[in-house]
Amino acid sequence: MLNISGIKEGVVLDHIQAGKSMEIYKYLGLGKMDCTVAIIKNARSSKMGRKDIIKIEGPLDSLDLDVLGYIDHTITVNIIRDERIVEKRCLSLPDRLVNVIHCKNPRCITSVEQELPHIFYLADKEKEVYRCQYCDEKHS
Amino acid sequence: MRHLLSPLDLSVEETDQLLSLASDIEKNRSKYAHVCDGKKLATLFFEPSTRTRLSFESAMLSLGGSVLGVSSADSSSAAKGESVSDTIRVISCYADICAMRHPKEGSAYVAASKSSIPVINAGDGGHQHPTQTLTDLLTIKSLKGRLGDMTVGLCGDLKFGRTVHSLIHALVRYPGIRFVLISPPELKVPDYIKENVLDANHIPYRETTNLDDAMEELDILYMTRVQRERFFNEEDYIRMKDCYILDQEKMKLAKPDMFVLHPLPRVNEISVEVDDDPRAAYFKQAQYGVYVRMALIMTLLEVEKPC
Repeated sequence: MLNISGIKEGVVLDHIQAGKSMEIYKYLGLGKMDCTVAIIKNARSSKMGRKDIIKIEGPLDSLDLDVLGYIDHTITVNIIRDERIVEKRCLSLPDRLVNVIHCKNPRCITSVEQELPHIFYLADKEKEVYRCQYCDEKHS
Repeated sequence: MRHLLSPLDLSVEETDQLLSLASDIEKNRSKYAHVCDGKKLATLFFEPSTRTRLSFESAMLSLGGSVLGVSSADSSSAAKGESVSDTIRVISCYADICAMRHPKEGSAYVAASKSSIPVINAGDGGHQHPTQTLTDLLTIKSLKGRLGDMTVGLCGDLKFGRTVHSLIHALVRYPGIRFVLISPPELKVPDYIKENVLDANHIPYRETTNLDDAMEELDILYMTRVQRERFFNEEDYIRMKDCYILDQEKMKLAKPDMFVLHPLPRVNEISVEVDDDPRAAYFKQAQYGVYVRMALIMTLLEVEKPC
């Protein structure tokens, strides 16, 4: 049994789809943060069979939960203080994403003006479709 | 301060008010000859255009205002690499209102977000062209007396044709609208228009490649040109450019009170023999374009309507 110690203050991202933790690590920019991060892959889960977990020792403010909601809104965010879970946050698909995904339409203004933020809006919540704010191109 | 980036920026009520104002301008032109005295319109055209730019200029001059602007990217600071955001900030210092055409989609949104004067989207790539839509709506309303309860055929390049996209957006807000979408398979209406606009509003439509079959059911036929500038590949353009040609033979299949619209310029898609048919409304449409742009400039500048 692999043993990873608990964290005193920080965040535990639970119920991550197995295999998705590295993607989340990248999107959240955890590699650039100066804190302890533990990634647990393929942990046994009664609900999911297999799941990934990420433990981050550090404040919640530094995490972009919108990004997390976009990647997988079924993830559970556990806030830890004094080694105890003090809050469980549910995620939802964000209405707007800024500089998370990029427009691939070569006719979009963002393809020539590099300084513009890449903004996407949630066009269809059911189908989880995001479209570029500038050109309406669907993100795929 | 308001901008016009998409036809949906105006509610149905606002659109109807604008069309009423345009109709009044048509009937009483002299009454409006000085309502914009002292106001300046900047026409920023980063892509070649003759009629849209001249239509805007004619509209502002007819209201007593003046016009300044650029008519190609080569003669503007864009050639030096200036961003749309910077250009509009500067133009805001020189004019009271701006009409902008740019080859990139979303450019008008960028301009509006940084501008301190009203921005009118005069075409942003293949995306939106709201003033053409207002022109089309005024033409249809003037000729048919209504904007709902009709079957509208859209023919030609329905993929890159921004006029078509904007017109669909605008017409779905009127009851009893039905579309026949006539195009080669490669130039069909994009999925996002079908999903977000037609399906979302429960608008009946059918797609076909055959113009002849569709003629008899149409109240309006909106022809479009296959635009060379929208293709990355010249071979594709040549293969599709003459896919539909409306001629007198096809016109014989149409209802006597059907009207043919076209945003112009026309190339081969409408044979010149159709021009003399009383149902050919595309040159009249260009005239309506001036009236509707006059009404729009007045509305965005919040100019009071003369008594």
